[in-house]
Amino acid sequence: MLTKRIIPCLDVKEGRVVKGIQFLELRDAGDPVELAKFYDEQGADELVFLDISASHEGRKTMVDVIMAVASELAIPFTVGGGINTLEDMKRLLRAGADKVSLNTAAVSNPDLITEGASFFGSQCIVVAIDAKYDAEMGSWRVYTHGGRNPTNWKVVDWAMEAVNLGAGEILLTSMDRDGEKEGFDEELTRAVSEAVSVPVIASGGAGNVEHFQSIFEVGKADAALAASIFHYKETSVEEVKSFLRKVGVEVR
Amino acid sequence: MIGIIDYGMGNLFSVSKALERLNVPYFISDKSEKLMNANGLILPGVGSFRDAMLRLNESGLSELIKRFAETNKPLLGICLGMQLLFEESEENGFTRGLGLLSGQVVRFSGKSNDGINYKVPHMGWNKLTYKRSSSILNKISESHVYFVHSYYVKTDDKDILIASSDYHIEVPAVVGNQNILGMQFHPEKSSKLGMQLFKNFVDLVEERMKLS
Repeated sequence: MLTKRIIPCLDVKEGRVVKGIQFLELRDAGDPVELAKFYDEQGADELVFLDISASHEGRKTMVDVIMAVASELAIPFTVGGGINTLEDMKRLLRAGADKVSLNTAAVSNPDLITEGASFFGSQCIVVAIDAKYDAEMGSWRVYTHGGRNPTNWKVVDWAMEAVNLGAGEILLTSMDRDGEKEGFDEELTRAVSEAVSVPVIASGGAGNVEHFQSIFEVGKADAALAASIFHYKETSVEEVKSFLRKVGVEVR
Repeated sequence: MIGIIDYGMGNLFSVSKALERLNVPYFISDKSEKLMNANGLILPGVGSFRDAMLRLNESGLSELIKRFAETNKPLLGICLGMQLLFEESEENGFTRGLGLLSGQVVRFSGKSNDGINYKVPHMGWNKLTYKRSSSILNKISESHVYFVHSYYVKTDDKDILIASSDYHIEVPAVVGNQNILGMQFHPEKSSKLGMQLFKNFVDLVEERMKLS
């Protein structure tokens, strides 16, 4: 059967990996290509590169990064961050990315999902959703602009809409759990995973190997993404996978 | 020399990078005469069956592929490229394929025989199960490869089934006969195992060159 995927996420700014990466054995811990290879060797099933460049120049550099990564890496990878137009998608996919991830632009211009899906196929279009529980709404609310702006969308409704428009995968980040290391949001992930027909990647809150087991078994996630616990070597992709194998979750 | 068929719908970059890593000389072309002279051809593909066949037919590359297949030189279809080798697809209405292998391309129903809903596309790493021996499987163990597809091949010709994967039904993963081969997954994205598959294809090409 299909295995559950473990996906490290790398933040890239102006062509360099940032955000507290602790890889002392690497010659250059800020080099996206070296880090990508490191995770590939550890058994990562996929990688996500998040472009957090503030400048136009930085975004152009991202294309070079993608080309360099694609030359070295024989596992799939997704690029997200600052993608606003079909042209942006074309540039990144032609440079060798396998999928692009849309977040804010998907909410403000939903046609972009459909345009991307009909041009490249749904399998290339990931819709990333930042979710935060809202007591007033009685549900999770969709946020855009890196979690700064609330929208009127309920997360489950938006996920279903995004899939109807052509999204081939949902990357779901719990803002409530992000950075807390107390576990993924199983309730949120399960609600979305059961509502849509496409794979769901859970993100936000990974703190130990057990959290991965429960997001797959309880949260019904198809894949789980984490950043800091891998970067800070609190655990490794290898450790997560060998634990999952032991408890009977099928992994590669 | 290996030729990669460029018909505007391929994952050309990652396929060519895979060959570069293996130090295998290759060229990318949309010219029939040039492709005909290759020792082996790769037909990549991402996108819809109908669009792909339309482009292949309009450019005359359909004819080239069929002629090439008759020469007994190896031809490898990847993902959509594999599906195109079959007789027909139900994607976006009925479309006729290259007809080099017998079978139809149909959509995953999303519901298993015992009534369980499952996700479509079939996306991620799944394990290969070998169905018969083939040199394309040399030096690799039954391990995981990376799939992304919503349609699969349904065939009654059990002889062409080399390896399969289980996704609520038996999904043909590696198919082929003498010189026509197909992989439903992406070997160029399947890490070390994928690279070995490419290497095996290249070996096959070289072996045929020696024989001819």
